[in-house]
Amino acid sequence: MTITHVSGGSSAEGAPLQAAMPTRNDSHRLRRDAQRRSRLGSAAYHLGMIVVCAIVLYPAAWMFMSSLKPSSEIIGNVNLIPENGSLDNFATALSGIAGISFWTFFLNSLIIAVFSVVGVVVSSAVAAYAFARIEYRGKKVWFALMVATMLLPFHVTIIPQYILFQNLGLINNFGSLLIPKFLATEAFFVFLMIQFLRGIPRELDEAARIDGAGHVRVFSSIILPLLRPAMITAAIFTFIASWNDFLGPLLYLKRPDLYTLPVALRLFVDQTTTSDYGAQVAMAVLALIPVMIFFFVFQRYLIDGVATQGLKG
Amino acid sequence: MAPWLAGFFALTVGPMIASLYLSFTDYDLFGAPEFIGAENYTRIFADPQFLQSVKVTATYVLLGTPIKLAAALGVAMLLNAKRKGLGFYRSAFYAPSLVAASVSIAIVWKAMFIDDGVVDRSLRIFGIELGGWVGNQNMTMPMFILLAVWAFGGPMVIFLAGLKQVPAELYEAADVDGAGRIRKFRNITLPMLSPVIFFNLLMETIGSFQVFNSAFIISGGTGGPAGSTLFYTLYLYIRGFGDFRMGYASAMAWLLVIAVGLVTILLFRSSKSWVHYQGDAR
Repeated sequence: MTITHVSGGSSAEGAPLQAAMPTRNDSHRLRRDAQRRSRLGSAAYHLGMIVVCAIVLYPAAWMFMSSLKPSSEIIGNVNLIPENGSLDNFATALSGIAGISFWTFFLNSLIIAVFSVVGVVVSSAVAAYAFARIEYRGKKVWFALMVATMLLPFHVTIIPQYILFQNLGLINNFGSLLIPKFLATEAFFVFLMIQFLRGIPRELDEAARIDGAGHVRVFSSIILPLLRPAMITAAIFTFIASWNDFLGPLLYLKRPDLYTLPVALRLFVDQTTTSDYGAQVAMAVLALIPVMIFFFVFQRYLIDGVATQGLKG
Repeated sequence: MAPWLAGFFALTVGPMIASLYLSFTDYDLFGAPEFIGAENYTRIFADPQFLQSVKVTATYVLLGTPIKLAAALGVAMLLNAKRKGLGFYRSAFYAPSLVAASVSIAIVWKAMFIDDGVVDRSLRIFGIELGGWVGNQNMTMPMFILLAVWAFGGPMVIFLAGLKQVPAELYEAADVDGAGRIRKFRNITLPMLSPVIFFNLLMETIGSFQVFNSAFIISGGTGGPAGSTLFYTLYLYIRGFGDFRMGYASAMAWLLVIAVGLVTILLFRSSKSWVHYQGDAR
């Protein structure tokens, strides 16, 4: 199968009957007729879609609105618009927990996310190059094993990994979270890049090899630039996944000053048992802001990146 | 290849073997592992909490996955129409799937579904009394399924890409034959889409087995009320990293691998009868 981009824009407005190859006039007339007929259907369609949209986006709207409300108003009030709106909740959230500023957690999350991105992108690209372009014995078996690890529940490795990192003295060290990223353990991205490389003609790098370039040169000067779209997809998804990751930091980071935002959030919820929902929700909003920014900036890459994965047989 | 190999052996194969060995031992992380044979496994199957966690997870997988996929397919078909504003709808529907597993959303979910909270009160306007969600052991599962279904955007986008691949000629031919919507859906859409349905089914099922974050946050790490949110991975975490019974937790991890493996094999087996790959793929 080939991959077509699922862009909603241009294809959505084409003539209704592409296959019949009508003349220009025919197609204009048909289009006008269809438009007239479908105006009512169109209204119903959009009404239905807006209802679905409202349901899907309601939790997000509720989250933002609640972050502006005093806690008493959050639970007891069905009204979405705050009666006594204020930014107090954000002030509470930003003041931090246990004497540690919100920005410490933010910075921890950022450091881990950025290095995770670097690790995953570089190691996956190298591994993908090895799988797609270098011949050696047993490659098919390795490939099958690599694909199988995508289906493997990570819980089976988490306990020994924990023991391993503990013995290496990497508890309370970002290394325990980052080392796996640099070792291409995210098989999905390796797979994605291999599939992408299959679409790049081999002649390109074979020519370079005949000219005497080694694997390192071919990889760095030919493959890497061409692999950029797949690398961007991997980078965006890795950032978001790492930013949202909870179990890893929960296990490996025991000192509150090393906490990432999700772990800090959990501590915050535990400590505000008197249910200061306003501050909890405000902090939840703050924790999601980078993900939301990523979504708005890269939504096309995100969606197309997902759309391609399902179609590779 | 080298980094992948190192990672593969040091962080996947090695730990797997270690975990298999640990599953036959009594190990609390402080002393040396003590070999106790299959005792962990026999204890597991006599453990009511373990059986509860299996029940919770199985219910979640069996109910949540099909509902989520049905929602994803339904909305994808709506989005496959030629209308304006599709890009906006597609983005709006996709966004939740990026954050649904995050701690932030778990907190929001808990606050929304808290007993006598906004969801409860809204339903009461329509005369529906459910007796709470978070604190009601009969309603926690529907709440988790709603959270799963809310994130239908991931499989939806894959379905949408699949739908774009279905040749328009097939529908035109069916129109000529006078086929109705339901027949077109059953005889064209479903078979043509079956490889994509299979992929989504496999990925979502495996993913559902492993839900953890939302269960941990919403139940405060306990699996309550009355064990109704004791998801398998949460119980594994409690045993391994709460009680430091690493051998027991390793045995649980291996049972999970076996369960996921069996489900995967079953799905692949069954797929032979309902998944149609186009021989003359375009």
